[in-house]
Amino acid sequence: MTNVSIIGIGQTEVREHWDTSLRHLAWYAIEAALDDAITTDIDAIYVGNMLAGSLSRQDHLGALIADFAGMRGREAITVEAADASGAAALRQAVLAIQSGLVQTALVVGVEKMTDQTGSAIGHALATTLDQDYEAVQGATPAALAALMMRRYLHTYGLQLADFAGFSINAHRNAAHNPYALFRHPLPPERFAAGTLVAAPVTLFDQAPLADGAAAVIVTHSERAMDMSPHPVRIAGSALATDTLALHDRRDILWLAAAAESAQKAMRHAGITPAGIHLFELHDAYTILAALSLEACGFAPPGQGWQLARDGQIGLDGRIPISTFGGLKARGHAGGATGVYQIVELARQLRGEAGECQVPGARVGLAQSLGGSGGTAVTHVLTIDNFQPPFSAQADRF
Amino acid sequence: MEVSRHWRLRTQRYSLVGEICPNCGVKLFPPRDVCLECEAPAKELFTFTGLGEVYSYTTIYDAPAGFERYVPYTVALVKLAEGPLVTAQLTDVAAEDVQMGMPVEMVTRKLTEDGPEGMIVYGYKFRPISLTA
Ligand SMILES: [Zn+2]
Repeated sequence: MTNVSIIGIGQTEVREHWDTSLRHLAWYAIEAALDDAITTDIDAIYVGNMLAGSLSRQDHLGALIADFAGMRGREAITVEAADASGAAALRQAVLAIQSGLVQTALVVGVEKMTDQTGSAIGHALATTLDQDYEAVQGATPAALAALMMRRYLHTYGLQLADFAGFSINAHRNAAHNPYALFRHPLPPERFAAGTLVAAPVTLFDQAPLADGAAAVIVTHSERAMDMSPHPVRIAGSALATDTLALHDRRDILWLAAAAESAQKAMRHAGITPAGIHLFELHDAYTILAALSLEACGFAPPGQGWQLARDGQIGLDGRIPISTFGGLKARGHAGGATGVYQIVELARQLRGEAGECQVPGARVGLAQSLGGSGGTAVTHVLTIDNFQPPFSAQADRF
Repeated sequence: MEVSRHWRLRTQRYSLVGEICPNCGVKLFPPRDVCLECEAPAKELFTFTGLGEVYSYTTIYDAPAGFERYVPYTVALVKLAEGPLVTAQLTDVAAEDVQMGMPVEMVTRKLTEDGPEGMIVYGYKFRPISLTA
């Protein structure tokens, strides 16, 4: 099977870009990725976006962005999977290159949250839930996270404060990331006094939504050496789904799609959780960070939170997470978030992460969730010449 | 205005009509036509009793458009006596009095409205059973 490598990365700051439109945001990330890759030879564009139709009244982003980026005529489409849209767009690019029909693909995740405010954003976000049976009851993404978190606290006899380590770690790492929304530390006593969003979830459990765009350029690994001084290999790639509605799950504390896609991607890469050096996970809520660690095999059910308590998620811990701040402190740019994770992992594996660097990082995992876990996309990235401990197995459908 | 959308769901919203799988016997709410457990066709209707207990709950302070005026309100996962979980607001109970495992029953209430002149959407909510004992 064709191997796929990343040859260019680019990102904008995650913040409230009042002065920048959706198309400009996307272009700034694309421009940076094209510069990084030293190529303009793009065959196909995959746009990851969650809410442009609702928030900016702008759909049809494939044609819009191809045109605006000076790539008129190229194959270009939007991929939507709630907040996993960006990662799902990368997945489509990987499949296109593995098919042999596309040589070089551009993936851009872009989200323009601040064309609307407050409850209008909440209304748009609720479209990612089951509209007939969740959103109609006034449920929100935060409410679903809260339903999971309350059940988790009840089942394992825990308190909200037991999740503090996730947000404190994210803020600590974001302090060194110039692209991050929040670059200040979060003291433990402030975590305990967070404003309630959907009890027990507070503002300090929840990732802040903001504008942003991130882009990666991918091609065949054999060509990658000529197009980048430091290509990063996509050694595993998988997307899985679960029931859209939380109430339809067999176990609301088990992220089945996260587990399935992680197992597939790791098998594809010939790696197990023990061989992963860092993990960019979907910490839209602290409970999702804990459940993701459990679903991906880094902790048994009910014990994911202990990795945060014991300092095992820091840059020098057993499994560093949110190394540039994660969704919680770098900021959550909706459908761009999954591409930010890939850009950050690539910087880690190139050894270009500066103060955020995980020492000796050669294998990284990125996982992006849509909503409460209805979609999960997992990628394993490695340095270019990495030899996996187990034989790699291709996806079979 | 989404009149037909809400009208279509009237038997679910007002009477908790779901389905039962003729193959494995599992009861389904919401109805889905293909069994969640065994993936066999499941189109036989089944009306739930509306009795259940609180499986998890959250009180919402940051509401989407259409729900701001009700803040704070409590949304629960109710485990119906017949098996499935349903997402629904709790009513006739203060947020601080809600407990895990609390017995509840279905009632019909206003869910939201489409502005002061618009359609009012009614549907199921759940209230503590002890209130009616
Ligand atoms: Zn069945």
